[in-house]
Amino acid sequence: MDPQYSIWERIVNLIPMIRDELWAALYDHIPVWSIVITDSIITIGFIVSVIFTLVIGLIWLERRLLAWFQLRPGPNRNGPFGLLQPVADAIKFLFKEVIEVRYGQRWLLWLSPILLFFSVFMAFAVIPIGWGSENAPWGSKGALADLDIGVLYLVAIGSVGVVGVLVGGWGSRNKWSLLGSMRAVAQMVSYEIPMVLSVVGVILIVGSMNIGEIVGKQGLPFIFLQPLGFFLYFISAIAELNRTPMDQVEAESELTTGYFTEYSGMWFATFFLAEYINAFVVSCITATVFLGGWKPWPFPDNWLPGGIILLIKAIMVFAFIIWMRATLPRIRIDQIMAFAWKFLIPIALINVFVTAGEVLIWDAIWPDGEIFPYWFAAINIPLSIALVVVWSKLFFKLGGGRVDVRSLWSGYSQRDAVNSKASFST
Amino acid sequence: MELKTQPFVINMGPHHPSTHGVYRLRVVLDGEVVVDLEPIYGYLHRGIEKLAEARTYTQNIPFTDRIEYRVSMSNNFAYVLAIEKLLGIQVPERAEYIRVIFAELMRISGHLTAVGFLGNELGAMMTPLLYMFREREKILDFTDMVCGQRLTHNYIRVGGVSQDVPNEFLPAVKKFIKEMPHYIDEYDQLLKENEIVLARTKGVGVLSYDMAINYSCSGPMLRGSGVKWDIRRADPYSIYDRFDFDIPIGEVGDIYDRYRVRIEEMRQSVRILEQAIKQLPEGAVCTRVPSLIRPPRGEAYAHIEANTGEQGFYLVSDGSIAPYRFRVRPPSLINLTVLRELCIGWKIADLVVILGSIDINLAEVDR
Repeated sequence: MDPQYSIWERIVNLIPMIRDELWAALYDHIPVWSIVITDSIITIGFIVSVIFTLVIGLIWLERRLLAWFQLRPGPNRNGPFGLLQPVADAIKFLFKEVIEVRYGQRWLLWLSPILLFFSVFMAFAVIPIGWGSENAPWGSKGALADLDIGVLYLVAIGSVGVVGVLVGGWGSRNKWSLLGSMRAVAQMVSYEIPMVLSVVGVILIVGSMNIGEIVGKQGLPFIFLQPLGFFLYFISAIAELNRTPMDQVEAESELTTGYFTEYSGMWFATFFLAEYINAFVVSCITATVFLGGWKPWPFPDNWLPGGIILLIKAIMVFAFIIWMRATLPRIRIDQIMAFAWKFLIPIALINVFVTAGEVLIWDAIWPDGEIFPYWFAAINIPLSIALVVVWSKLFFKLGGGRVDVRSLWSGYSQRDAVNSKASFST
Repeated sequence: MELKTQPFVINMGPHHPSTHGVYRLRVVLDGEVVVDLEPIYGYLHRGIEKLAEARTYTQNIPFTDRIEYRVSMSNNFAYVLAIEKLLGIQVPERAEYIRVIFAELMRISGHLTAVGFLGNELGAMMTPLLYMFREREKILDFTDMVCGQRLTHNYIRVGGVSQDVPNEFLPAVKKFIKEMPHYIDEYDQLLKENEIVLARTKGVGVLSYDMAINYSCSGPMLRGSGVKWDIRRADPYSIYDRFDFDIPIGEVGDIYDRYRVRIEEMRQSVRILEQAIKQLPEGAVCTRVPSLIRPPRGEAYAHIEANTGEQGFYLVSDGSIAPYRFRVRPPSLINLTVLRELCIGWKIADLVVILGSIDINLAEVDR
């Protein structure tokens, strides 16, 4: 498929072209490693600043949308339509004192937001925003890093955030934070599995883990070919994000704010920002893998710049997440775990097997694989609806029972109980 | 190998988003499971019962506003009924009707906050609460119309009410009554069959029929467990014997039943309001009572069915201008005593929801 550059892409190409020319001119005069490092730093700075600007918009969007869902005006004082409210908040956070827990573990406390930030920013490296070629803006496949294991990379980088959550809660030396961390590890690790399995269907159809290729192959967005995959990915991603209805890790009404209870000032804001950026990352991945990425389906390609198409799609997914947040209550932790292991994972496995079978048939009938497999949609859409309905009616019931605490008590010695009482008395 | 774990003692409150004020629970957890629980009361104790002994009967009415501040007028009502019992005076018809109208409006208002905060504790990000506050706001506007106050009303007085309702009040209430069933349907759309709400509330925190009676629970807690006991029927005070209404009861006694009872009671309150507005007579709104009330020696107990349960006032008079003993029966404190039984064996997330379903108000619990 030969890319036809539109006027948009020529404009977007301008900066990287200048960059390429500049480095070519300097190539003979300074060492290569310094070029590589400077180039990386400039690119990272560019990405970070773009994303921070976007996130300010997203925070505003979330607050306004949530307010409209809840019959209130939302922030509307600072700047036009209250757009500068996140800026005002950031300034306030910057001027607040950072209060550290006296017996907290300082290193872990500081490591936690850094790890979280790292994990969310790294994910942007592989998200393609348009066609590429050798001298195109984002490398050969339109992404910053054109990794052949892009999907695997995304999942792996996403799980680094779990460590951040864990050490933040552990280092705080607060029991509520610890409870939040315990939940975080249980929940986020469990939900990695359906998340990976849900993307496997797409990987099977495309035959590659390269995200640029996944987008390129989407003649029809994969949500139609892999509706179950989309559904499972979206739910698991929400659980990974700790968004309502699976915001167990924060759970304001239960654990105050979970693992970052003890953070204040800008460190708190860091968690807040990381959460939004993470939500945006997930929206981007959903839009890229399942909704056609930068392709403006059903319109012809290059109708608008790919980045803008992706942004529109990502914001639509993000708005859906906000809608869920405004509507749904929270599921209990054991129910969340049961939901992952008894509902999502079996269904994801069935989906993988069905898709693999379809791909086998596809390969057998059309060995060159040039024809887009529209017929997958005809099978998978009814199948997924039937599967979800049948599984939820027959095999899985949300809800749990009371635990017999006498068996738990038997584990405690009398001394433990006495000690706990003594240490607690005021 | 036997795995040994240590009990995990956690201090819930007094500063916790879900304790409805400054309430402290010392919770022993095994992982997430509540193994033991010890409530610690008294962070909001203001000594109202003792303070009231040094003030005249009329001066005490504002104190009652501050007991269950969401439904101040219900408290006024119960207290004033006790004084009227001591004095043995009759209240004008119109005043009786106005009292009933406000008692029912207060019940709706109280149940709205209860259900809204229950949604909040389920983790619904304020949405049910804010929808319910939309209607509560209208009720507060009504109280603003009649007495100029939104929270601490001091409207129901000995012998009647402090002043007649203004002209714009009745049309506004009629409009509210007309709209309210539609709004209740709206809450049902959001919560009634929500899978997550069902999973979190059905079968959780079950208070059995016998246990509810043994712990002397009252109000929606008692009726949620299937006991058909409503003081408006069992011991009709004021003019409640003239109205036609049902007493909704639950079947299992879980959180869901309590929530349903509250929603159904709102519908019944609207029914009572409809009848009361239709029958509202003209006339005086207050009998003449001396400015310094000196009830004869004796004692009186008056109770009403408030939104949380049996709100009672027990007064002992020694013939002076101040009560010798001023005792409040706080329904939410007595309902709260059952908390430990309900919570043990459930997760900490359920503890929060069970506490919410009891619908406590710390100002009333600690007084």
